Amino acid sequence: MDFLRPASWEEALAAKAEHPTAVPIAGGTDVMVEINFDHRRPEYLLDLNRIGELSEWEVGEESVRLGASVPYTQIMENLRGELPGLALASHTVASPQIRNRGGVGGNLGTASPAGDAHPALLAAGAEVEVESVRGSRLIPIDEFYTGVKRNALAADELIRAVHVKKADGPQQYSKVGTRNAMVIAVCAFGLALHPRTRTVRTGIGSAAPTPVRAKTAEDFLNAALEEGGFWDNGKIITPSVAKQFADLCSAACNPIDDVRGTASYRRHAVGIMARRTLTWTWESYRGTAAATEGVA
Amino acid sequence: MRVNFTVNGRPQEADDVWEGESLLYVLRERLGLPGSKNACEQGECGSCTVRLDGVPVCSCLVAAGQVEGREVVTVEGLADFAKQRAEHGGCATGACGSAEKAGTSLDAAKQWAAKGHDSQTGEGVELSPIQEAFIDAGAVQCGFCTPGLLVAADEMLERNPNPSDADIREALSGNLCRCTGYEKIMDAVRLAAARQSAPEGV
Ligand SMILES: Cc1cc2nc3c(=O)[nH]c(=O)nc-3n(C[C@H](O)[C@H](O)[C@H](O)COP(=O)(O)OP(=O)(O)OC[C@H]3O[C@@H](n4cnc5c(N)ncnc54)[C@H](O)[C@@H]3O)c2cc1C
Ligand code: FES
Ligand code: FES
Repeated sequence: MDFLRPASWEEALAAKAEHPTAVPIAGGTDVMVEINFDHRRPEYLLDLNRIGELSEWEVGEESVRLGASVPYTQIMENLRGELPGLALASHTVASPQIRNRGGVGGNLGTASPAGDAHPALLAAGAEVEVESVRGSRLIPIDEFYTGVKRNALAADELIRAVHVKKADGPQQYSKVGTRNAMVIAVCAFGLALHPRTRTVRTGIGSAAPTPVRAKTAEDFLNAALEEGGFWDNGKIITPSVAKQFADLCSAACNPIDDVRGTASYRRHAVGIMARRTLTWTWESYRGTAAATEGVA
Repeated sequence: MRVNFTVNGRPQEADDVWEGESLLYVLRERLGLPGSKNACEQGECGSCTVRLDGVPVCSCLVAAGQVEGREVVTVEGLADFAKQRAEHGGCATGACGSAEKAGTSLDAAKQWAAKGHDSQTGEGVELSPIQEAFIDAGAVQCGFCTPGLLVAADEMLERNPNPSDADIREALSGNLCRCTGYEKIMDAVRLAAARQSAPEGV
């Protein structure tokens, strides 16, 4: 095995081009487990820790450009306002020690259907900035996950950053597991209200071969909210609408039975989480809408 | 490969390191510092917790090559680390200069536990406040989880001198203990926090 330690992003891209089989290592919280247990013996390890800009973020007009190696702890502490869904999801990852090392770049690299960043990114809206010596491209998050633990990266590409849309409304993240800490999701659900475009977006984790959005459920809800004038009148969402939304979210799942839970439990739980996160975010939206009106 | 890094304030060099080796393995098997424990090698138990550039991490999940040029504090250096922090007002890593002669030598660290004092109370051995609190509260049974808990708890108290019970639980949520049921550990951390905030001499 060779240990490659590029000191700059350009050097890292050159190393990855020269050794396409090299395994990048950022926080190491996925890679090292595989090496410790001999599940993986890469020819080359490509250390990304020395590349400072990967651990930085920039808050722009529309979105946050989040460096691939920014650890979850930093997201929780510094980006709760801009990226509330991702900050909540980050807080559910493993333990402080793991959150101090692991980040969204590694989560995307592994592309596990259970990765906690994914539902939050899907719900918020995001693009993955990837680069190789050939150039740079932005991959819409919906197109990034291509199969179980597979993603849209080419062999010579590295993830530079994720561009996550800044929240323009309340966001929630919900996860089912056996305890609060150190738990891989049985299933998870992210939801974001986007009052500016009058849309709701979702993300489902651990209930299909890849993280997915519940698009039919979103379309139904967007139409129902528009039709009932809910964005303007700030009324509570009709229980029948919430139920239909939850059912459609369950239907968007394509889960399996495994050690963590059965397929039917997952479908059921996703429906519950969908209804709850919708209620929580909508209550919060109504609260702020009412407050603004009161002031004006 | 060769890895040069700072351990407990002193520069160290590890030779013949395999490229896929963990920091934990280097500490235990190459530098002779077995304080950090190896229980799961998959980040689940926290018994290998050390500080990497001040941040608590599972040393079993850090590749040895990633620590080149960086600073590691292990449980063996915790007493010195805490002492310097007390003296230098917050900076115990030596990163803020002055601390050239500071730190714990490898030999001293290796012999840390072998001083032949009363092993029940740790009397005579220099301890950090968090270590003293663990002994006084009876928070150690088999002791396997203790080094990781000490490093994690010490770091929390550095950041948050007056933690709530929820803060303590959160900060230690990555450390498993199979013996104590955690209550005594909670007591120990509360005790260390109370002593830390009590005025001098009380
Ligand atoms: C005990 C434990 C508990 C865990 N619990 C959770 C949990 O609750 N939720 C969760 O989502 N995850 C969990 N994980 C998994 C892991 O912590 C996350 O997936 C984390 O986000 C990985 O980030 P990392 O920087 O450590 O990745 P690494 O291990 O460094 O890398 C992971 C993968 O991404 C690739 N990669 C990393 N950076 C880049 C880049 N810039 N460009 C291209 N490829 C890259 C690597 O080659 C590798 O394939 C857990 C892991 C452990 C050990
Ligand atoms: S040995 Fe590292 S977390 Fe268990
Ligand atoms: S004292 Fe035995 S594991 Fe904690």
